[in-house]
Amino acid sequence: MSDMSPAVLLTNTGVPMKAQLRRIERVSQLKSLALILPLLLFLIVTFMLPIAAMLRQSVSNPEVVRVMPATLQALKHWNGKTMPDEATSRALLSDLTRAGGDGYALAAAGKRLNMEIAGYRSLVMKTVRHLPEERAAPSARAALLTVDDRWGDPAYWHAIARNASPTTPFYLLASLDHNVNDQGEVVHSEPDRAIYLDVFARTFGMSLVVTLVCVLLGFPVAYLLATLPTRKSNLLMILVLLPFWTSVLVRVAAWIVLLQSGGLINSALIGLGLTREPLELVFNRTGVYISMVHILLPFMILPIYSVMRGISPSYMRAAISLGSHPILSFWRVYFPQTVAGLAAGGLLVFILSIGYYITPALLGGPKDQMVSYFVAFYTNTTVNWGMATSLGTLLLLATLILYAVYNRLIGANRLQLG
Amino acid sequence: MTFNAPKWLALSCLIPLAAHAATDLTLISFGGSNKDAQVKAYYGPFQKTSGVHLVTGEYNGEMAKIKAMVEAGNIGWDVVEVETPELIRGCDEGLFEKLDWSQIGNKKDFVPAAVSQCGAGIFVWSTALTYNAAKLKGTPTGWKDFWDLKKFPGKRGLRKGAKYTLEFALLADGVKPADVYKVLATKAGVDRAFKKLDQIKPAIQWWDAGAQPAQFLASGDVVMSSAYNGRIALAQKDGNKNLKIVWGGSIYDVDSWAIVKGSPKKAEALKYIAFASKPQYQKIYSENIAYGPTNVKALPLLSKAVQADLPTAAANIKNAMALNVQFWVDNGEELEQRFNAWAAK
Repeated sequence: MSDMSPAVLLTNTGVPMKAQLRRIERVSQLKSLALILPLLLFLIVTFMLPIAAMLRQSVSNPEVVRVMPATLQALKHWNGKTMPDEATSRALLSDLTRAGGDGYALAAAGKRLNMEIAGYRSLVMKTVRHLPEERAAPSARAALLTVDDRWGDPAYWHAIARNASPTTPFYLLASLDHNVNDQGEVVHSEPDRAIYLDVFARTFGMSLVVTLVCVLLGFPVAYLLATLPTRKSNLLMILVLLPFWTSVLVRVAAWIVLLQSGGLINSALIGLGLTREPLELVFNRTGVYISMVHILLPFMILPIYSVMRGISPSYMRAAISLGSHPILSFWRVYFPQTVAGLAAGGLLVFILSIGYYITPALLGGPKDQMVSYFVAFYTNTTVNWGMATSLGTLLLLATLILYAVYNRLIGANRLQLG
Repeated sequence: MTFNAPKWLALSCLIPLAAHAATDLTLISFGGSNKDAQVKAYYGPFQKTSGVHLVTGEYNGEMAKIKAMVEAGNIGWDVVEVETPELIRGCDEGLFEKLDWSQIGNKKDFVPAAVSQCGAGIFVWSTALTYNAAKLKGTPTGWKDFWDLKKFPGKRGLRKGAKYTLEFALLADGVKPADVYKVLATKAGVDRAFKKLDQIKPAIQWWDAGAQPAQFLASGDVVMSSAYNGRIALAQKDGNKNLKIVWGGSIYDVDSWAIVKGSPKKAEALKYIAFASKPQYQKIYSENIAYGPTNVKALPLLSKAVQADLPTAAANIKNAMALNVQFWVDNGEELEQRFNAWAAK
């Protein structure tokens, strides 16, 4: 033994075995990486980049900085109490003169300032239109006041000064019903404009109700599916999956037909003599709950079912044969084993619920709209993408927090999605 | 790494539009019976006489898609139908091309609201009080009656949004049509409008799409509703004789054609707009849906019976008011936000 050289295992080509093994491993790693590369690129382009763009847009604020650099520079030395001095007014006039050639940038700045004070957009446009006749005026301050006496109000200058930075918390604060006032303090929005805290609370409240109802309805169905003989349970499974394969829009439209005041359900109730007046089942919270539970129920049933399938019936039999009451043994032996599926289904249904848009929009009234409605409203109707993206950012944040809490309580590795 | 956030957002929603044929003129309008009338009056004859192939589509007036196209430089739409506030805002923001009116026609031949830098008016339409005579005892004569839940019990339909709703509330509160926007320009005036709306809030059923009010009225879901006059006129034609329009206190506005900035088919687009502004084709349009022509020369071509249903008829416009577009361009966002907050409570 002692006269043998230090043990370096060589392959038949003379390369040390260890290095050779490491190389093979690296090649196979690269190969599998190459296999998932298309998916990775796809995810980066269609998922990561849009989310990064959304996060960026929610704080992006380039409009005023781009159009009014000189004014912003001059406003740094402003006392904030009266109309700024001649030099600042002159700077604004020259900024506007320069921007007049770029209608797009000017309109963007006008739109941004209009969010601070309604009417600011047309003030900017009006001032630009009057520039040619005022440019020669000896006093820029007087010239601005001739065009419109609103320039004498410090609030309009504060609005410019607040936008000195290319990033802003404006949209995120507004999404939480807060804003920055002229003194630079963060304050609660006026009560008649505050809406989003309520909307977020409503979104989570409604999602919670939908999740709980799904648990109550889904658990027994999953139990039935898991315990029935295969042939019967397959049939039942098709009944669960059939609506799952139908378009959401079709199902929502069907619910409108069923639930409206002259609809099938109300006609049946009146025909049976159960009610005299038609019940209000649609265009309110009831309609939204009914339809959302219907749409989301398979997402609850399937994970619970897949967990239940893996539970051996002998545990229950053992518990009962050892003298435990069937109900007690269900609760203490069977139920704890289903918690992973229950939690997975709950998390899935809740997260899907908080992003719901089309169902509340079609089946609910104005009091039943969730955050997504306002995202769509700002994206499409008012084209205020700052507000749309910051509401989206907060929703994303809420989802991540939820996931973290879940992870803490149950553990992501126990997540079984069927 | 730097990237342009709006561009990425825009790109991600534009991928399906990339397959846009190079030789067609794409024309997007509000759908429904308005589009049916446009097909008869404009699309068909234009394709025949010019040889340009039209691809048509529908949208709900959201500027988001147009903004995304312009920002991404991938223009899928050439000509779009827009309402006036969006037209003015979009024109300022550089979403639409400036029009060369010398190629469209003599500006003097058009109603004033139809002529603007980026848009050429298609038709004059009106939002009016409408009701189902079969479900009401008595005849409502204006917005005061709309608010009178005792005299006229039943649900009311209103368009979900601040625009029109606030004006109607002030009219119901006794403000003269000429003063509505003066009052609405003050905080106290807005408060007054919302306070008035509080009175009937539980009885309001909101609508989004133009086709809904006629459905609600015909089915008896609501007894009175604000509605676009053309839709109600069509429902009357289809046999719903009980639906009536009250012209007093109605608000009229113009819908316009605009060319999306950077459209590769600008010349053809302008040719189309000039074509659709001619009186002989506007006449066919008004015969198919009760909206008034923007070219005043089209009026004498129409029969008395058709004229009587148009918002531009002398008897109808007498007690009506024009939508103050500049007011809504300035205050729209703030008031819509306040409306949302109010409606959600």
